[in-house]
Amino acid sequence: MAVLEQWRGVKAIPDIEYFASGHRTCQGCESVLVMRYIAKAAGPRTIVTGTTGCMYVANTSYYSTPWTIPWMHSQLGAAGSSAMGTAAGLKALMRKGKIKDEPINVIAFCGDGGGADMGLSAISAALTHEDYNLLMVLYDNESYANTDIQLSGSTPWGAVTTFSPAGTKHRIMHRRWKKNTPGLLAAGHSGQSKFIGTACASYGLDFMNKVRRALSAGGPTFLHTLDPCPKGWHYDPELSHEIGSLAVETGIWPLYEVNEGKLSFTGPTRNILLGRAKRKPVREYLAKQGRFAHFTDEDYDYFQRKVDDMWEHWMIPGVVAFEMDPRDASLLQK
Amino acid sequence: MAVAKTSKTAANVPQSQEELISGSEAVAQALRLADVDVISAYPIRPYDTVMQYVSKLIADGRLDCEFIVAESEHSQFEIVKHACSVGARAFCGSSGVGWMYAMECLAVTPSLRLPYLAICGNRALDDPGAFGTEHNDAMCVRDLGWMLYWVETAQEALDMTLIGYRAAEDQRLSLPCALCLDGAFLTHSAQIVSVPPQDLVNSYLPRFDLGDRVLHPDNPISIAPQANEDWLMEIRKQMDAAMRRAPEVIREAHGEFHRAFGRQGGSPFIEEYMTDDAETVLVGMGTMASPVRVMVRKLRAQGEKVGFVRVKWFRPFGTDEIRTSLQRFKAVGVVDRDFSLGAADMGGVLYNDVRATMYDAQRRPVISGFIAGLGGREIEEKDVLEMFRRTQQAGADGRGGEVTWIGVRE
Repeated sequence: MAVLEQWRGVKAIPDIEYFASGHRTCQGCESVLVMRYIAKAAGPRTIVTGTTGCMYVANTSYYSTPWTIPWMHSQLGAAGSSAMGTAAGLKALMRKGKIKDEPINVIAFCGDGGGADMGLSAISAALTHEDYNLLMVLYDNESYANTDIQLSGSTPWGAVTTFSPAGTKHRIMHRRWKKNTPGLLAAGHSGQSKFIGTACASYGLDFMNKVRRALSAGGPTFLHTLDPCPKGWHYDPELSHEIGSLAVETGIWPLYEVNEGKLSFTGPTRNILLGRAKRKPVREYLAKQGRFAHFTDEDYDYFQRKVDDMWEHWMIPGVVAFEMDPRDASLLQK
Repeated sequence: MAVAKTSKTAANVPQSQEELISGSEAVAQALRLADVDVISAYPIRPYDTVMQYVSKLIADGRLDCEFIVAESEHSQFEIVKHACSVGARAFCGSSGVGWMYAMECLAVTPSLRLPYLAICGNRALDDPGAFGTEHNDAMCVRDLGWMLYWVETAQEALDMTLIGYRAAEDQRLSLPCALCLDGAFLTHSAQIVSVPPQDLVNSYLPRFDLGDRVLHPDNPISIAPQANEDWLMEIRKQMDAAMRRAPEVIREAHGEFHRAFGRQGGSPFIEEYMTDDAETVLVGMGTMASPVRVMVRKLRAQGEKVGFVRVKWFRPFGTDEIRTSLQRFKAVGVVDRDFSLGAADMGGVLYNDVRATMYDAQRRPVISGFIAGLGGREIEEKDVLEMFRRTQQAGADGRGGEVTWIGVRE
């Protein structure tokens, strides 16, 4: 496994890019920034696999790949299995002396459709294989953004997608709360994985250092990023970074990592927990996006109450989505 | 299993060992000899006995490879696909609906030109629940660029594992290869198998080399970007060109194997039995060959001019060999252990492939079709006799095109 030092400040980040020109993503696309950041943070001795999704279709056109490091497509539900196969192949070949024994980073990325929906079982399985050094990055733009913005298990409650339009009979078509994918993986796999965390490209240094910590942790690791998407979320592309920051500042998207079984919060999320910053109202985040333009005051209130629950009632705020029965909680205190 | 005896060769020369093992264990022994790097397993009957033997070989230190028990067949086949992309020799397998669960991954592998080996332990596609052999599972990939071989014996399973890797990994092909083993009849039946020494295998099977298509930081390529209508047809044509080269590469691989090991001589595509002066032959694949041969011998003893032609490689289809062979006969009966509901004349897959092959033959035999042995039902002597009688009658009438389901209760 590679040992990648932490970058202390933006000036420590090298200029060189390993995810270069050649892609054709939308203006203001944050997911493509995720690609650039993971390539930059991992460096040239890296193999990347990418599942089907917008970061495949919009990114890698035949004859114009932006990847200057080796890259391979994998099937939609195969982030976990493509990473395992790549890591296992390298491991066997190195052990048997068939290729040079050296640290090579293995990174697989998937979208929320490929990761939180279809590929969840393979990601979960990969996190149990402690023999393999690999990082899985779930870039979450909260819809099947490649196929025309259909809702996924990661789409927030109430959002308009092409499968959940606001209608005259049903104003809210999407009535499921967003799946807490990093929380469920952290709760289920922190005994096996040395790094499971969240990030947002609005906080570049935090993001890249998390990638470097994950790759240096050894074993299978997982990073879930929230990526504002101008096309799917309906806002001016110049607002991408601001909307990402608002997701964190409203408490909707907590930044944290579980490193060798120890949970720590990072960035603005840490300030919220320490009481140095107050959570902004979710309306500031939601009202900037066309996908919530049909919201009434009642909808905003419901959304706010659900987010308040995350911080006021969850056993671990923003991470573990349940609380203890008071009787059992008192038993534990004894 | 116990070592029965060693073959007679000069002293100090590595010797083959004869062992009483099943078709599945024969494959596992061949994987050991092929020094496979990555194997991924997931349980489903009947193929998974291979993985049980593989895991024991690893546990006993006789095989050094990464062995990943996946959480689904989809992951299983993605794991080996990606292991293969970095240059690892890989192996996988499944059966029935498990094979179908991996279908997406099976479908993309040939166009990636990643030549790993798989076995399909043929099994009915339940529902309704059925463990027994039926060829529809493996046949689902027949149009996609997989090389497919139907194995008859445990010895052939071992030999074809080595030949399969050699042919598939040949840079002129670089196509995945699946060996099809009839569930239970072959996967679970023990036979005497000659297991060759390592040195001999090393001299036959070169180290896997993907060349300039290997995924590695020293070779920073992008694999399988979006090609769309601009290039996809050219890429498909390259796959077609590779499959067109396959018969030649296969003949070489079998020929070299025959020279080195003394087995698998003759045509790689078909095997004829008592056909020299035959007028009526049956054609089929896999383990059904045994009961058919028994009946051929019995009918021969009564002076009937009957024979059997076993189809071995199914993809690529042995077009030339089959055409040349079958045009010698008056009547041909094709036995399908599969079904293709609604196909031409409601016939099976092999039946219609044979008929298409014979359309441009100089002389066309009368061809009848049979659906038999589905779901693992045994093809018995009386079934074979019925198929011969119907084929002979069709020949006498000069009228083919009839497809009959054999041994079905009313």
